[in-house]
Amino acid sequence: MKLTGAQVVCESLIREDVDVIFGLLGGAILPLYQTLPQYPQLKHILVRHEQAAAHAADGYARVTDKVGVCIATSGPGATNLVTGLANAQMDSVPMVAITGQVPRKAIGKDAFQETDVQGVTLPVTKHNYLVMDPNELARTIKEAFHIAKTGRPGPVLVDIPKDVLQEIVDYDPENVAIDLPGYKPHLTGDPTQIRAAAKLISEAKRPIILAGHGVIISRAYAELRELAEKAQIPVITTLLGISSFPEDHVLSVGMPGMHGMAYANIAIDRSDLLIAIGMRFDDRVTGRISDFAPRAKVIHIDIDPAEIDKNVKATVPLVGDVKNVLVQLNRLVTNKTHLDWVREIEQTKKEHPSHLIPENNKLLPQYVVRQIWEATKGNSIIVTGVGQHQMWAAQHFFYTKPGSFVTSGGLGTMGFEVPAAMGAKVGRPHDTVWSICGDGGFQMTLQELATIREHNIDVKFAIFNNGFHGMVRQWQEFFYKKDYVETRFFNPDFVKLAEAYDMKGFRVTERAKVRDTIEKAMAHKGPVLVDFVVESEENVYPMIPAGTSVKEMLEAPMPGRELVDHKDAST
Amino acid sequence: MTTNGTHYRKHTITALVQDKPGVLNRVASMFRRRGFNIASLAVGESEVPHLSRMTFVVNAENEDTVDQATKQLRKIIEVVKVTDLSAEDIVARELALVKVRAPDSAIRGEIIQVVELFRAKIVDVASDTLVIEITGEESKIDTILSLMKGFGILEIMRTGRVAITRGTKSALKTNAKEG
Ligand SMILES: Cc1ncc(C[n+]2csc(CCOP(=O)(O)OP(=O)(O)O)c2C)c(N)n1
Repeated sequence: MKLTGAQVVCESLIREDVDVIFGLLGGAILPLYQTLPQYPQLKHILVRHEQAAAHAADGYARVTDKVGVCIATSGPGATNLVTGLANAQMDSVPMVAITGQVPRKAIGKDAFQETDVQGVTLPVTKHNYLVMDPNELARTIKEAFHIAKTGRPGPVLVDIPKDVLQEIVDYDPENVAIDLPGYKPHLTGDPTQIRAAAKLISEAKRPIILAGHGVIISRAYAELRELAEKAQIPVITTLLGISSFPEDHVLSVGMPGMHGMAYANIAIDRSDLLIAIGMRFDDRVTGRISDFAPRAKVIHIDIDPAEIDKNVKATVPLVGDVKNVLVQLNRLVTNKTHLDWVREIEQTKKEHPSHLIPENNKLLPQYVVRQIWEATKGNSIIVTGVGQHQMWAAQHFFYTKPGSFVTSGGLGTMGFEVPAAMGAKVGRPHDTVWSICGDGGFQMTLQELATIREHNIDVKFAIFNNGFHGMVRQWQEFFYKKDYVETRFFNPDFVKLAEAYDMKGFRVTERAKVRDTIEKAMAHKGPVLVDFVVESEENVYPMIPAGTSVKEMLEAPMPGRELVDHKDAST
Repeated sequence: MTTNGTHYRKHTITALVQDKPGVLNRVASMFRRRGFNIASLAVGESEVPHLSRMTFVVNAENEDTVDQATKQLRKIIEVVKVTDLSAEDIVARELALVKVRAPDSAIRGEIIQVVELFRAKIVDVASDTLVIEITGEESKIDTILSLMKGFGILEIMRTGRVAITRGTKSALKTNAKEG
């Protein structure tokens, strides 16, 4: 059939099972927008800033089995997507971004709103395209989705000149073939390595599973649990691996790393075998590499061969899709117990109770997280920004529902909390979604309250109002003698702000009112903002300063465990 | 090669890539971003239509760096095959064009002697210059160039290394790409 380029794009999106698009229009992308009304199956949500379109698509993709889609116009529209693309690239989130470009004959002439979007986004996408031939549109979009969601997922950008959207082409949906001779994700584990891994597991005395985002991406919850239970292996979940293994399970040991549970880091230190599953040994997990898990052999399971030996040498590398590899491995792993080891970890938990929250009258941010957990009975998707509140949300909510924690891990993008929560709620409308916000991060993307109100997207926002860039203030306290340079800031009246957006707003200033207000927020139908005026100089513990090891771990000060002086760390 | 006290070794890697706009940019950008040090890069058509072959010479501290570089290369969607030739039996060649000062027949004669000795070629003769074409391994080119210095080099044009395995083995068939 004869269609315009824009129609081909819409037809292709529908064939990729797209139902929601987050975007913001402009001249170059206008032919696509003017075509959207012909395709009511494609629901468009108009954001107020393109960064939010990308983060919303990201949040949406993380909680559904779909690829998130966002659209922007050329030049500034496209450059506004960059943070969102980089975020999705770092966290392996399947996304397709479509951008308008100036007409073909204007490319390279510094035309109005022309930016080399393919060049700009090259290092922050899994792949990107500039479509110069309208006959290539259908194939390109098909390839974009294929690349975004297979192998190690990631964002793919398709840049389309305005006149390519306008040109009329022959479209035959039955005859669209992808042509990617260089793209063959490695899906199953090598049988020899599987045997070697099973042997290491059977010999290990102190094995630990390190479960990462790959478990969630691969939806390998049952397989992970089978492995852990069969061989009685304690499970540590990285920041992005949180919710891949139920935290109420006896074998759950919590999060490792810079702000991980002390017992998780100690367990890694004492372990003789790390089974790393869909995780990439980020420096926030390992600290100083030479002191990381010094006694352990390493089985490294990852779909991306480039992750093997990148940061930590693997004794047995296993390249493949996590789910497939675990199925293969579980067949060979025999029933075992590690009673002494599990007991030792239990004992460490008692000696280093990182998950405890001080009992006092203060409005502690940790306490707010714990109360949201209790009020929701753990039945909520938690979305966070970046900073202290993010770490508390990771530490003090106990995740038992697969895929219920949405956070910016690799890039650490403040401002993620608002649009990603919006995207998550759009993706899972029947789930409760709480967005745990920093007062700093919230103000980076708060313009989306308008989008949220307009579409009545029922997100509950909990602003952790400490009047500081809290995490940076903590570094200043620890490493710069409390020299609080530019971390304290003025805040608007968040309740009035909510009202300005025609949203319900509450303020909580005392501990006694926390639970009640959470309940009220949940009883209200529609988006709510709660301004929790929390203790302003509370610190996140434990902390392993950057570039150091578990030996230098700082734990919450309590009698007999005073804070020691420490040097500044690199990054 | 030694820079800042670190010992580097040269490794030859070839890649078969789809002949699409921007591939070179993608590859170069990856090397730069990840801090790999490319000593030379040569690109040309391959025996397969729509596929080009790139030959990289990478300066690497150790095998791990080369391993990461090849893995990251394989991740580029338009890269079809990657072969690390470092451990292979290969023929490697570079081409250099050198313009040297040759003001009189005596000097001209001396230059021609060197050229013949090394089986290079004179490809242009002007009133007071000669252009010499040298093909060979890097070390051979380096030697001739150092000998020519004495005569006065006006200009050097030098390609990157291209390499191919000896015997029946083909870079296309080894090391199937994954990832
Ligand atoms: C976009 C962006 N800019 C800067 C930073 C550096 N940074 C990391 S945490 C942080 C402070 C976060 O403050 P806030 O959102 O109020 O959260 P809190 O730490 O107080 O919970 C900053 C500035 C970042 N991660 N992201």
